Amino acid sequence: MLLRKIIFILAVTAFLPLSAHADSLLPELPKAKKNYNDQTKCVEPVEVMRKSHMDFIMHQRDDTLRKGIRTKQHSLKECIDCHNAPGKDLKVASANDSEHFCSTCHVYTAVQIDCFKCHADKPENTQYRHKITSQAFKQHKFAAQNLNPKTLQLLATEKEGHK
Amino acid sequence: MSRKTNQSEGKINQYRRNFLARTTAIAGMTVAPGVILNSVAQAKPVDQPASNKNRWGLLIDANKCSSGCNSCVTACHEENGVTGFGNPETDAQWIRKVKLTDKQTQKVQTIPLMCQHCEHPPCVDVCPTNASMKREDGVVLVDKHACIGCRYCMMACPYGARSFLHEPTTEQKYPRGQGTVESCTLCVHRIDDPNGPRNPACVEACNAEGHKAMWFGDLKDPNSEITKRLKEYGGVQIRADLGLNTGVRYQNLS
Repeated sequence: MLLRKIIFILAVTAFLPLSAHADSLLPELPKAKKNYNDQTKCVEPVEVMRKSHMDFIMHQRDDTLRKGIRTKQHSLKECIDCHNAPGKDLKVASANDSEHFCSTCHVYTAVQIDCFKCHADKPENTQYRHKITSQAFKQHKFAAQNLNPKTLQLLATEKEGHK
Repeated sequence: MSRKTNQSEGKINQYRRNFLARTTAIAGMTVAPGVILNSVAQAKPVDQPASNKNRWGLLIDANKCSSGCNSCVTACHEENGVTGFGNPETDAQWIRKVKLTDKQTQKVQTIPLMCQHCEHPPCVDVCPTNASMKREDGVVLVDKHACIGCRYCMMACPYGARSFLHEPTTEQKYPRGQGTVESCTLCVHRIDDPNGPRNPACVEACNAEGHKAMWFGDLKDPNSEITKRLKEYGGVQIRADLGLNTGVRYQNLS
């Protein structure tokens, strides 16, 4: 038992430097343009986004198309505007490129997404950067999960300053 | 007893005062120039759903529509990123110009024809996946997330207003995807503009061209330009016999 453990630890440490290396097989996510806010970084806490971003987008798409609710917090357009920023060479990746924010993980996990067969995969205006919205934050079922009341309050009171 | 009456009267007076104050404020807003003029109606807050208190529609004057002019079509396709693929038989047409010739007098008229945004849309009736849908405010749309491309709606539409997209798209402006049906959205992104509904691209282009043959507005608002014009001059539906109660009306059709 002990031997097995030692072997396991050895094996893990042997691979550690590899995974930290730039040529690692793990996806390297491009940086977002800006933090949504200091507490949550993204429009929801990062770990919530990693797990549930598809639910947010799915929820929002029905609200927007069928009801005409056009809040920006969970809109796919805003994801693209912030996460698919032009690189240092001022090129903007398209959904087929492995550098595209969505593709990096979706290629790695072999999950095919159809979003960009209809939706734009690049920001319309590359200078654009969104600011925090929205009234809907307080009520959202995912939003309330991992946040303390102070953070929620802060998020709810922040004004929409979109241009 | 009398005191009680006085009290309730006082309350009523208070209500009256509040009510009057509010109505005056609204009147003041409406009178103030430039405030309302830029937008067709009051803005819907972005986090609120479209409501059935509005019904968006178009009014088209066939006499003012110029036969040589195609600017509404160009503007629509420019606005919505509707590009052709060199296949004239299948390329999407969200709006097209239709030429009408009177057999007896040979009078020629042209009119723009697009989705008529029916109150009882046949395309919605036949859709097997509920992708073809009508918004609360009367805008008929295709939910491409649910569309399976069966094209029943295209067959059901008496106006031939819908198109099927055969080719894959890239660099699209608004969502457009291969294998789905699409049609005029009444520029729904402009209707939902946080600064208030704006004229659709076709109307804007028609005005810019100086023909001013199209009006956009709320058919349920008695004070909107479109309702006033309809009330004064009347307007007809194309294929009114079908009882679809279209949101697009025409004037001076011969």
